[in-house]
Amino acid sequence: MNAQVQIQVTASPGTGYNFAYLDEGTKRMIRRAILKAIAIPGYQVPFAAREMPMPYGWGTGGVQVTAAILGSSDVLKVIDQGADDTTNAVSIRRFFTATAGIATTTRTAEATVIQTRHRIPEAPLAEGQVLVYQVPIPEPLRFLEPRETETRQLHALAEYGLMHVKLYEDIARHGHIATTYAYPVEVAGRYVMDPSPTPKFDNPKMDDCPALQLFGAGREKRIYAIPPYTRVRSLDFEDHPFRVQSFDRPCALCGAEDVYLDEVVLDDAGGRMFVCSDTDHCETRRADGHTGEAA
Amino acid sequence: MAHTLARQLAHGFADPVHEGQAVFRAAMEALSRPGRIRPLAIALTPPAPLTPELAALALALTDADTPVWLDAPLREEPAVAGFLRFHTGAPIVASPGQAAFALIADPAGCPAFTEFAQGTPAYPDASATLILAVETLSDADGPAFAGPGIRGTMRLDAGPLPADWASRWAANQAGFPLGVDLLLVAAGRLAGLPRSARPAAPEATPCT
Repeated sequence: MNAQVQIQVTASPGTGYNFAYLDEGTKRMIRRAILKAIAIPGYQVPFAAREMPMPYGWGTGGVQVTAAILGSSDVLKVIDQGADDTTNAVSIRRFFTATAGIATTTRTAEATVIQTRHRIPEAPLAEGQVLVYQVPIPEPLRFLEPRETETRQLHALAEYGLMHVKLYEDIARHGHIATTYAYPVEVAGRYVMDPSPTPKFDNPKMDDCPALQLFGAGREKRIYAIPPYTRVRSLDFEDHPFRVQSFDRPCALCGAEDVYLDEVVLDDAGGRMFVCSDTDHCETRRADGHTGEAA
Repeated sequence: MAHTLARQLAHGFADPVHEGQAVFRAAMEALSRPGRIRPLAIALTPPAPLTPELAALALALTDADTPVWLDAPLREEPAVAGFLRFHTGAPIVASPGQAAFALIADPAGCPAFTEFAQGTPAYPDASATLILAVETLSDADGPAFAGPGIRGTMRLDAGPLPADWASRWAANQAGFPLGVDLLLVAAGRLAGLPRSARPAAPEATPCT
């Protein structure tokens, strides 16, 4: 009766937490929701979101999805508005480094899992990658119909007239569709979905994307997905077709055109410059020798 | 007594955290890219006729929250339910309609898909996932599929399957967003067929 007992240490060394923070029961519950979300593209699967050691609005939904899918060989990239070096991105990256002991990167091409708040990287995504979105309000119809019971019926009946009325009212008031972010999309010809508050500039990147796209809303307790190579159509009208933002100047640091730019205020005398919102894309271009007017 | 019990109960995952994650990721990839066959390396020796692949998916995905239904060959061997109850805590249910997951060792004898939970129009996710242990699994021939996750079309052949397999799947897909999702496992391999995968002509132009 002196059998040796080996205890496998699965937590990140020294933290006392389970691998990637969540307990295994919670991970299984989230994983089952992810599988149903993939099978029903664009449909919001309810899940029992946990409280996370960060406030709602800081990506608790995305963090739970990332924690549920992450394996020890994954390489994680986290971006906040396209940047790897802002508070939200840095703290989430540190959270998973501490609790899962996994490798992190800022290079889009090197990452296997990319958690994002409000942007899709400029570099094209590849088949082996998973893009995890942090979502504040997953229901695209919520500000048109506040009752969950009603929006659920509208999705069940594929009754999306309200959304077209909203876009039409944009045209009636402004002469064009003035929605610039969280621009509604139709996934695989069935569900209308909120792409999270990404600029509509990024909507075309969701269409026919080789990577799997997962969406997690922690406070609202919803998970949804776009499988790879899925048709994602931005809603529009024949006489007012969907159009993305365009910028009248290139990035001031790397000279990139056809990318999404952030405005940076330089002084209190009205000085400003426009730079790539995607910091990795900008750095990669500058390393390749591209320069803008301010560099 | 303790020794007898230890001999009777087959082991679960040696490393539940990372093996469970690897099996889930394989299932996630399989359902995201329907028809694409991926490896599923398992070091389990569950009681027959529960195959290592069926056991691995059950260990990775089921627990006390997920009623599991077993087909006749699995039901007839009490050690199968014993293995699953001990390692997952999942309730074993008698009726296919109550199950969140169905484990099927004899896929040719699989009950009609409509006997399983289809979800409701408001909650299409409240539907069953069927895990079928097939003998052959090939993406070189067989019926073609198109839809989300598939670039152009993809072929998937598995056997043995019920004789009316093609019409069953067409009906299951036509009910989208309701319907069941399938995970097909063979020795060391896994493929997924979510309800979104629609039958297609093999030479059809890409239509995603």
